[in-house]
Amino acid sequence: MTRTCLVVDDSRVVRKVARRILEAHGFAVAEAEDGQKALDACRLGLPDCVLLDWNMPVMDGITFLHHLRQEFGPEKPPVVFCTTENDLSHIELAIAAGAQEYIMKPFDDEILSGKLSQVGL
Amino acid sequence: MTPSAFSTFAALLKSRSGLVIGPDKTYLLETRLAPILKREKLNDLTALAERLTKPGADNLARDVVEAMTTNESFFFRDDKPFTHFRTQALPRLLANRPANAAIRIWSAAASSGQEAYSLAMILADAKAQLAGRTVEIIGTDIARDQLNRAREGLYTQFEVQRGLPVQMLVKHFRKEDSNWRLSDTIRSMVRFKEFNLLSDPRTLGRFDVVFCRNVLIYFDPPTKARVLDGIAAQMPADGALYLGGAETVLGITGRFAPLQGERGVYGLTPARAAA
Repeated sequence: MTRTCLVVDDSRVVRKVARRILEAHGFAVAEAEDGQKALDACRLGLPDCVLLDWNMPVMDGITFLHHLRQEFGPEKPPVVFCTTENDLSHIELAIAAGAQEYIMKPFDDEILSGKLSQVGL
Repeated sequence: MTPSAFSTFAALLKSRSGLVIGPDKTYLLETRLAPILKREKLNDLTALAERLTKPGADNLARDVVEAMTTNESFFFRDDKPFTHFRTQALPRLLANRPANAAIRIWSAAASSGQEAYSLAMILADAKAQLAGRTVEIIGTDIARDQLNRAREGLYTQFEVQRGLPVQMLVKHFRKEDSNWRLSDTIRSMVRFKEFNLLSDPRTLGRFDVVFCRNVLIYFDPPTKARVLDGIAAQMPADGALYLGGAETVLGITGRFAPLQGERGVYGLTPARAAA
């Protein structure tokens, strides 16, 4: 069965780059431009994983993650943060909130596919 | 580049490092040696080859060998060998050895240190299991500049995202400007040493576990056999050898055999182990 990934990022360019990589690895990709839209999408149906930006309008990534874990439990879907926030305190915060992996932008195919493989996809 | 210049490079690399290059690898000479051409203010590879044949070119020859033998490395490369080490090889060795016996591990083509440090992180996380036992990790490479990098334990943001789980990053690294530095604890677990795989490994002592991954592919069959037989002679009966995904012992040496059901992991053959 095709695996699904929800790409949450307010940058159209980042979403496009991520989509291209993910589709090349056999994922079906859905997009959301902020945390609220991502949460709405998850309520309609959970993806197999979420690629999540931190800084976004309306609802940021960490707030989305808190809601996601509260509503759907601590593990699924696996969440990989993908953000320009690259200091240890942000990474620790993300893990504490329930993110399974963390990508510091910029990223490429190798990093993204490697991180998805690390979360079991 | 003239055929004679190519022969000079091929002969130098084969004799000093075991690296075998064919004419199809001319591009590799061009890209890897470009910084040396620039530094030495030489026009092309033919001029560099000529310089190498003159007296007093020993340091230059060393630089050429280092530039050609530097291989990329990343943390927990291919994952499976490290999982096997953590869940199979290490528990078996701990059970087989007296509590006061040290366990010795060799990362035989250490490059910038990621493989050796991956093993160190596994061991640090298995501290309770080790129960105070001494574990020595030796990382060797022919390239001094890579060994210096390895000792520094300083990696770029790109490097710490290739293969390294984020939990390990948080636990064992701290940020330094835009780079990431391994903790003193992990760095102190590994000793890096200059060593040419064509040399006699007896100078390094015996090893329970050897990671010799993605280096034999560059050698011709007799050199592969020599290196593998040298490792076999330094390994106890229950030791484990890890090779790269594209490497094998089959058809090269009878001293190792694949462990059943494990790709890339080898043990001494029973005849050899009993000897």
